[in-house]
Amino acid sequence: MSTIAINNPSAIHHDDHAHHQETFLTKYVFSQDHKMIAKQFLITGIIMGVIAMILSILFRIQLAYPDHSFPLLEVLLGRFAPEGRLDPNFYLSLVTIHGTIMVFFVLTAGLSGTFSNLLIPLQIGARDMASPFMNMLSYWLFFTASVIMLSTFFVESGPAGGGWTIYPPLSAVPKAMPGSGFGMTLWLISMILFIASSLMGGINYVSTILNMRTKGMDLWKMPLTIWSFLLTAMLGILSFPVLVAGVVLLIFDRSFGTSFYLSDIFIGGQALAHEGGSPILWQHLFWFLGHPEVYIVIMPAMGIASEVMSVNSRKPIFGYHAMVYSLIGITTLSFIVWGHHMFVTGMNPFLGGVFMITTLIIAVPSAVKTFNWLATLWRGNIRFTPAMLFAIGLVSFFISGGLTGIWLGNAALDINLHDTYFVVAHFHLVMGSAAIFGMIAGVYHWFPKMFGRLMNVKLGYLHFWLTFAAAYLVFFPMHFMGLDGVPRRYYAFTEFESMDKWLSVNVFITWSAILGAVAQIAFLFNFVYSIFFGEKSTENPWEANTLEWTTPVERIHGNWPGEIPTVYRWSYDYSKPGHDTDFIMQTTPHSQTMSSNLLHDFEGNEAAEKIQEKWNLEHNRIDSSEEVK
Amino acid sequence: MVLNNDFDRHNLQPKKFVLWLFIVSSIIFFAGLTSGFIVYAGDGAGKSLNVDLPKAFIYSTVVIVLSSLTMHKAFLSSKKLQFAQQKLWLWLTLFLGVVFISLQVYGWTVWTNLGIFFVNSNATISFVYAFTLFHVLHIVAGLVMILTAIKSSYGTVPNVTNTFRMEITSIFWHFVDIVWIYLYLFLLLNQ
Repeated sequence: MSTIAINNPSAIHHDDHAHHQETFLTKYVFSQDHKMIAKQFLITGIIMGVIAMILSILFRIQLAYPDHSFPLLEVLLGRFAPEGRLDPNFYLSLVTIHGTIMVFFVLTAGLSGTFSNLLIPLQIGARDMASPFMNMLSYWLFFTASVIMLSTFFVESGPAGGGWTIYPPLSAVPKAMPGSGFGMTLWLISMILFIASSLMGGINYVSTILNMRTKGMDLWKMPLTIWSFLLTAMLGILSFPVLVAGVVLLIFDRSFGTSFYLSDIFIGGQALAHEGGSPILWQHLFWFLGHPEVYIVIMPAMGIASEVMSVNSRKPIFGYHAMVYSLIGITTLSFIVWGHHMFVTGMNPFLGGVFMITTLIIAVPSAVKTFNWLATLWRGNIRFTPAMLFAIGLVSFFISGGLTGIWLGNAALDINLHDTYFVVAHFHLVMGSAAIFGMIAGVYHWFPKMFGRLMNVKLGYLHFWLTFAAAYLVFFPMHFMGLDGVPRRYYAFTEFESMDKWLSVNVFITWSAILGAVAQIAFLFNFVYSIFFGEKSTENPWEANTLEWTTPVERIHGNWPGEIPTVYRWSYDYSKPGHDTDFIMQTTPHSQTMSSNLLHDFEGNEAAEKIQEKWNLEHNRIDSSEEVK
Repeated sequence: MVLNNDFDRHNLQPKKFVLWLFIVSSIIFFAGLTSGFIVYAGDGAGKSLNVDLPKAFIYSTVVIVLSSLTMHKAFLSSKKLQFAQQKLWLWLTLFLGVVFISLQVYGWTVWTNLGIFFVNSNATISFVYAFTLFHVLHIVAGLVMILTAIKSSYGTVPNVTNTFRMEITSIFWHFVDIVWIYLYLFLLLNQ
């Protein structure tokens, strides 16, 4: 299919050592193969996602029917739902753990962990990660963190309940409420392990991308997926350590009695010994990670959507360089906007103004990306695969959720909107819907690369349309609640006269959420069934250009049976005028595509240009991109 | 071990890069801690570091700078394939590292004897304990790396591996040295 140059003498040696004995344990459990680790991350992420989704259905039932008793709940939850009604403290724990699992365990580890691990070596042409051992460690730390996080449901006082941002004093004073007790301690331990896992993964991704690209794969030939994984991993390396710093100080406050975050706390009329601390300090440290974290969540999804949309529009991605620069812009800006989470903490209004401006500037690279996606679709020869639908769904949610970011970034409007359902609607559209859709798009698209089989298309359509509709039905009404001043995290709307009228909307949202949850059965069934019984995939089922589709369907250790292929062109030569197929793989040299080469393909290589011009004259071909209609 | 030296050598550069990235994240960690200090201390009067740092910290600074020199000597010896010299300098570095930790611990006891405790209503003092504690943890990691470097210097592994371990150990050791100098200067300037 393509010319392959020998560029890696070590390949021969590698084949030798690929023959060493593999046991069940080294192949499926303590595997150091990036493809297996990717699958481990994906399956753990999906399980965590399903659990977090079930948690959300539980508190949605409470929100819709605060005065009803559901005996079944008591059967299922025992002391967390006495007499069939959710315990208020357990309600807070549900909200907290739902947020924690979704943001960190599903959309950070499940998304980056899966697709960075799977695609980085495959798409840049490497046999594995820089440090396969560290990669394995990264997964097992993540797994341990997941187990600890879930084990908090079996703690007497219940899981952590202070919200996923675990603001002190609720998180720092164990006696503050049941959710501040042992569950909170376990939450902190789980997060430390999680951060260690993320850092190991991220460090591996960056080192692999920067050092182990195959011959010809310069940075500007990398697919946008790789760019987004690279910048995501850099964001993680630069922001997660700050959260570690914040969390260890919190542990000192909780368990050793220091006063970093605590001051003047009274419990039952008794003053605590803590003095002189500042809870705002925590918010600074937390949001210095917390804001980049939301881009850690969305950027891989953006990269996946870019790739999927280009492949399925049969068109080059519109504005490749602009896409990369806007990713870089988002990465840089994300470090100087954390203050917009703290507008109402008594921040100096001037400082608030600065944070507002930096926040609103993020709209520029975001808009560049959005318009480029739309322009990629424009007049494309679109193939509506399930992956493509989910990628388009991402764009839709990113627009509708992103627009409200402009409201929320405004320091004056935020006084009204802070901590209301408007915020909930905003971040569930951009993170909860857009990023999840990007992840699902990735699963449908790269499923053949992971399991050698295709997922069922019809179930994919059913899954998409139900989920797409349900997500809008759930999150859109929340905007109006927020504008009316309804605060988030409240247990029973019937307790407040001003919120009473929103109860009917809550019923509607809850039933929409249940619809959305049921729709996931179509996905889960499709996923599990297709692993074993799906239609067998060919080597390149989507007719895509990138390197992963040059590897055999069998997914061997070391990825390529022979030498690693050389790359000659960028990954977006779709529907190139003059070529006989509508895609040209990255491994196809220009000497085989004389009929479609353009002069700028040669990047200033005059000798090659001369050869092309000579060929053009001989074959009566007019070489000018403008001439091609 | 014999199976693929080529593959290992091919893989060394990315692994060294992994260390640099770890150093970056470590820098961010200490930057996070020290900016926490700044935010806290900027809150108003009575929230500043109003006690003298233990004298022991001066001596520990001297010791760790010396250990950086001995580490560099070890690194140079390994380059010149003088393994006896390498061993000697590595052992010396290890010893100085242990002395450093002892001096830090001594500094803490001096403070606690004066009634300046970790648990303190002035968190700047808690911060000093936290800084030094996390730095000592980095030193311990450095000592583990020195031990592996010493082990390889006894000729149990191919020289490529020995040189590589020597190299990353010395990079990391110089890094923890610089972190301490940064922390110490930071504290002196904020006194």
